[in-house]
Amino acid sequence: MWIQPEKQPLVETFQLLDVDGTTHGEMPELTDGEMLDMFQWMVFARTFDERAVRLQRQGRIGTYAPFSGQEAAQVGSAYAIEKTDWVFPTYRELPVLWIHGTPVKQSLLYPMGAVSGGAVTKGVNAFPVQIIIAAQTLHAMGSAWASQYLGDKSVNVCYLGDGATAQGDFHEALNFASVMKLPVIFFIQNNQWAISVPRGRQAASRTLAQKAVAYDIPGIQVDGNDILGVYKVMTEAVEHARSGLGPVLIEALTYRHGPHTTSDDPTRYRDADEVAMWMQRDPITRFARFLTARGLLDSAKEAAMREDAEQRIGQAVIEAEAEAKGTLPEVFDMVYGTVPRELERQRDEAATLLAGKAQMAAGTAPVGSGASAGPGVNTRTSAQTASTAKGE
Amino acid sequence: MTMMNIIEAINSALQLEMDRDDKVIVFGEDVGHAGGVFRATDGLQARFGERRVVDTPLAESAIIGAAVGMAARGLRPIAEIQFLGFIYEAMDQLASQAARMRFRSAGTITLPMVVRAPYGGGVRTPELHSDSLEGLFLHSPGLKVVMPSNPYDAKGLLLAAIRDENPVLFFEPMKLYRFRKEEVPDGDYIVEIGKANVVVDGSDLTLITWGPTVPLAVGLAQKFAAEEGVSVEVIDLRTIAPLDVDTILASVNKTGRALIVHEAVKAGGVGAEVAALISEQALFSLEAPILRVTGYDTPYPVGGVEDDWLPNAARIAGAIRQIMSYA
Ligand SMILES: Cc1ncc(C[n+]2csc(CCOP(=O)(O)OP(=O)(O)O)c2C)c(N)n1
Repeated sequence: MWIQPEKQPLVETFQLLDVDGTTHGEMPELTDGEMLDMFQWMVFARTFDERAVRLQRQGRIGTYAPFSGQEAAQVGSAYAIEKTDWVFPTYRELPVLWIHGTPVKQSLLYPMGAVSGGAVTKGVNAFPVQIIIAAQTLHAMGSAWASQYLGDKSVNVCYLGDGATAQGDFHEALNFASVMKLPVIFFIQNNQWAISVPRGRQAASRTLAQKAVAYDIPGIQVDGNDILGVYKVMTEAVEHARSGLGPVLIEALTYRHGPHTTSDDPTRYRDADEVAMWMQRDPITRFARFLTARGLLDSAKEAAMREDAEQRIGQAVIEAEAEAKGTLPEVFDMVYGTVPRELERQRDEAATLLAGKAQMAAGTAPVGSGASAGPGVNTRTSAQTASTAKGE
Repeated sequence: MTMMNIIEAINSALQLEMDRDDKVIVFGEDVGHAGGVFRATDGLQARFGERRVVDTPLAESAIIGAAVGMAARGLRPIAEIQFLGFIYEAMDQLASQAARMRFRSAGTITLPMVVRAPYGGGVRTPELHSDSLEGLFLHSPGLKVVMPSNPYDAKGLLLAAIRDENPVLFFEPMKLYRFRKEEVPDGDYIVEIGKANVVVDGSDLTLITWGPTVPLAVGLAQKFAAEEGVSVEVIDLRTIAPLDVDTILASVNKTGRALIVHEAVKAGGVGAEVAALISEQALFSLEAPILRVTGYDTPYPVGGVEDDWLPNAARIAGAIRQIMSYA
């Protein structure tokens, strides 16, 4: 009479490529060149991640969220979508954004705290980095609704973590998407930890994939460190969504090798055995074994890829560091389409203060001279200051 | 007495009250095993166990909603929102549920719950980690909003908050967490909620502020007294709701001038409320317009420009001089 969860069939983990690098099951349609390209993206991503952590330690960028360990999930899923499709990232999906067309430099400007750090590259169908956990699930759903309404055949891919599945937003998004049969793929990267809280504490259900059942949509758990498996599953999900059959839920089992962010210390909550066990399942080593066995890769080739990545990333760092980080007055123009009168006044005040600061730094103005007008009052003094600022 | 910073003072208050009252339970994201992302709850789970110090799933609305249910049943929940900017997720449970339960139930249900959250700028956080949102809650009758600026007040106010019969939001200035250690009593003591603190006595101008800008204001008051002969009285509000109007008015009636400094955006902020109260009740004591130095009316900006966005020494000094220029 009762629906007994323990009597439901177990969700099996889909896998094509095992830890040894051998495959079983029907391979996705990928040429040798494409597979090498995917591998190169993984190497590039790992190289970037290691470099970014070093940059943070050197104080050259701010807080950074590493993704090493998740390259197969990210590259495999991103590789399966078209430029016309939409992606909705969190703070961790940098490789997805690059594959979708975002310049690497942009991913450095963001943690550098540059005013333009959040900018979405023209022509790239992506939302900006999302900090609020699970908020993007609803945007992806809404965008899918737009895709359906406009009939443009684009698919919407929403990235989220295991922790995000605990938020109400996630459930509301799945429910809407299912009711309206929207072309959206919810791609969970279950990296086992939401900061210090383990996956088992986010949901007591045996898998996250099975959450699809309650919304009556297809769901699957895939080995997220198996790039071929991820690619295959994602390709089918895209086909399903694109053909108007509605949403799909994918749970990719993976692991973040490092800390949650550069301000986190994972040794406080994870034991070394667990980390070591997952290191054995490293997605890059695994794919390398496969490619090597096929005669597509050798260590010299891999070293060359790494070298190439170092070079391109080094170049991106130079470009990002050379780029102006922006000033406060620019910020005011980003709030509304047209700057309201009072905000304009505040912008002018900020500009005046900045000019005063610059003069002081240059030693040309006495401390606290007219530049530091107080805010808010329409006295003759402040009105004058404002108009001078505008005239500058 | 022990030398403590704000984080240690908060930890001390939590430990003391959990020892004293087994109805107190602490929960939120990462507060248990890891002891909170800032270590405010460090060691509490080891001491009080997993039933009383609980790592919850990642769901703010559920965290606050749970506190409402628990508090109504006689527990004293202390919920943590990891960063104040994430409290929007729980806005419904706070503003339309926790704040109104007493009113809705005609005074029959009270909610003795505390919500702790770090906030405030100058520490180069990602988006939504630094926003000051006290104004939202001043605008939601039924809540108390407490914002300490030093270790002594943090401990005394938190103990008062936990023992309060009403929902209390306890907002902790991130920048000051480890700013300075000072003597804090090891045992029990209370700093009354709803009472402002006159931190510096002065006679020319009243500077009203709270939270992260208090040390900045005190430093400027000393500088102005020493270098420009201007005597600035500094009031640390400590509590945003209820506001200590008496202390504000007494000071403004004495000095005749008022400046309000806060990190939250300007429009419709707590500063606007304070300015309105002063003009309603002390207009004829005023010798100059009331000024505000606040965050600008934009979302909290990125790290590269936040120091210019925040009410900094140059902006506050400019405002003091402007007010003093009305002879
Ligand atoms: C609404 C909200 N609550 C809390 C946080 C703080 N926070 C940032 S990341 C994180 C854990 C997220 O875990 P998960 O969804 O599994 O993604 P992962 O970081 O592992 O990729 C938390 C609690 C936040 N950013 N937003």
